Amino acid sequence: MKLIVCIKQVPATESKLVLTRNGTDIERAGLNFVMNPYDEFAVEEALRIKERLGAEDVTALSLRPHAAQKPEEALRTCLAMGADKAILLSDPAFEGGDSYTTALVLAAALRCLPFDLLLFGKQAVDDDGGAVGIQVAELLGLPHVAVVNKLEVDTQSRCIVAHRQIEGGVEVVEAPLPSLITCQKGLNEPRYPSLPGIMKAKQKPLEIWNRDRIGLEPTAIGVAGAKVNVVRLESPPARPAGRIISGDAVAAVQELVRLLHEEAKVI
Amino acid sequence: MRGGERMANPILVFCEQRAGRLKRVGLEALGQACRLSKTSSGDVVALVIGSLAGSFTQELADHGASRILLADDPALTHYSPELLTTIVADIARRLEPLAIVMGATAMGKDLAPKLAARLASALLQDCVALEMEADGSLVATRPIYGGKLRAVVKAKKPIMQVVTLRPSVFSPLKRKPTADVFVERLTVSCEATRPMARVRETRQTVEGKKELTEATTIVSGGRGLKGPGNFKLIEELAAALGAAVGASRAVVDEGWRPHSDQVGLTGKTVSPQLYVACGISGAIQHLAGMSSARTIVAINNNPNAPIFKLATYGIVGDLFEVVPLLTEEVKKLKAG
Ligand SMILES: Cc1cc2nc3c(=O)[nH]c(=O)nc-3n(C[C@H](O)[C@H](O)[C@H](O)COP(=O)(O)OP(=O)(O)OC[C@H]3O[C@@H](n4cnc5c(N)ncnc54)[C@H](O)[C@@H]3O)c2cc1C
Ligand SMILES: Nc1ncnc2c1ncn2[C@@H]1O[C@H](COP(=O)(O)O)[C@@H](O)[C@H]1O
Repeated sequence: MKLIVCIKQVPATESKLVLTRNGTDIERAGLNFVMNPYDEFAVEEALRIKERLGAEDVTALSLRPHAAQKPEEALRTCLAMGADKAILLSDPAFEGGDSYTTALVLAAALRCLPFDLLLFGKQAVDDDGGAVGIQVAELLGLPHVAVVNKLEVDTQSRCIVAHRQIEGGVEVVEAPLPSLITCQKGLNEPRYPSLPGIMKAKQKPLEIWNRDRIGLEPTAIGVAGAKVNVVRLESPPARPAGRIISGDAVAAVQELVRLLHEEAKVI
Repeated sequence: MRGGERMANPILVFCEQRAGRLKRVGLEALGQACRLSKTSSGDVVALVIGSLAGSFTQELADHGASRILLADDPALTHYSPELLTTIVADIARRLEPLAIVMGATAMGKDLAPKLAARLASALLQDCVALEMEADGSLVATRPIYGGKLRAVVKAKKPIMQVVTLRPSVFSPLKRKPTADVFVERLTVSCEATRPMARVRETRQTVEGKKELTEATTIVSGGRGLKGPGNFKLIEELAAALGAAVGASRAVVDEGWRPHSDQVGLTGKTVSPQLYVACGISGAIQHLAGMSSARTIVAINNNPNAPIFKLATYGIVGDLFEVVPLLTEEVKKLKAG
């Protein structure tokens, strides 16, 4: 069993975001970047499969989405958690794309690597696209199961059985290997890198691949290839100032119900 | 234009059904498609796929569909990303729609990216506002960074843009009885040509429980409830309001509530008309899941809790006192 985890480096969720002057992107200087939280579930799951089945190796793969980001740090975290090898896809031609061009580049890189199972996060908490994993599966002609919160791997029959969250229930899905999953909270509890793990990570291989290495036309990827352009970023519409209803509990509750009924008209 | 001869490019709306029931978000999508078709002047084509028990045609026609396509096959009882992508892509190649619109549901968020990749088209996920330019290209607004910002994005080419709409944000058209509608039953191939994932079973985990992402009213509880048993206060208020029950991550991590109840960045995104947060501090990751609610009520004993910054109405007080009073008051109103 060979496992590959695709991880994205994103601003920590508590970051305060400031727009660039032209308003189409965020300022990256001074932001704290971390591994996308859903990708931690993916890394953890790969490591558990490896530990359980004696899988051969776990490779972490990340594409640098912007020149000012250092996904090598998130990749080192993967290595410190226990991944065996890391690959960084880094080339100015890769930057500034959308989910489709990201999927194109990742798929091209994955064609150069042996694997049985690919693991992605359900969604990157920066663009909130929830698309790249599913699109990579489509481009590689692989079956996928998205939003997985329980997984069994059967090496004998070479298939997976995954539970995926849907409205008010779950779908129990079976897929032959090789296949791809995207990971949801609930799948596992990601481990923290141990101190020896962090030390060992420094010796583990971190390769950097550019466009020549995976052979893609520059016009198909990055800004040039994107199917979607950002017109602008904006703050969500301000909410009208709220009202604290004072008074003793009985009076406050009566007033609240009146307001919900007469003013907001929601009950 | 009935019967198939083509004028302007249509808008194709995938109207999801599960177990014989149409999802409301499909009707919301139809309403948006009707509005946009005033610019594109093409048909609004509704598509329903599944092992179709029941008839949806009248409901779809009354909500604005000018043409209805039905793909009915026992092999489509469960959701299949591969089969549905193939069916919708074939229809798309035939009709050349300007846009393929669906709800950002578990199914829609799975199907749309795969379909967009197969058609090499633009993907606009989880939109909360949608406009069409004169050339047919869509300009969509979508929340990013957990709702901290919104991106206004535009497809580069105005053809076959794949769009998902956040449920409960848009309203369906008022139902208008429509007599004459063109219905086409499709013959579809359900033979897999490549290895594919198969749903073995679809389990409804909780019978009769209201689904958060579809609820118009939600009552959520947080760590302020102090223990799982106290969630019955939340459940009673929810029952009085006809609401679904949600939870913060803190209580899900404690094991008081299942993860399917979690609202927020690593839980569900909801857009109800009314969201009542009880004993929830309002961490940015919780707000990520509920800040697009129309009216927000916060009940918290700490006047500095960040949730009050977002709340339409707030009561600073002990939830163990306030919530039961509120339940009684709501019951009185409803008995009214
Ligand atoms: C990557 C990441 C993802 C996350 N995803 C999510 C997510 O999806 N959803 C989510 O909710 N959180 C998420 N979190 C966690 C989030 O940061 C908060 O820790 C969590 O929301 C806190 O839950 P809480 O408000 O219930 O608890 P607390 O923050 O402990 O708040 C409890 C509140 O109850 C009030 N209270 C106490 N007693 C009473 C009483 N008797 N009456 C009235 N009020 C009372 C207190 O004043 C306090 O405000 C995430 C965090 C990270 C880092
Ligand atoms: N630049 C990237 N490098 C590696 N993996 C990525 C990248 N962008 C997205 N992914 C993967 O795709 C998932 C979904 O991303 P998105 O579609 O952007 O929400 C993430 O959780 C990652 O697993």
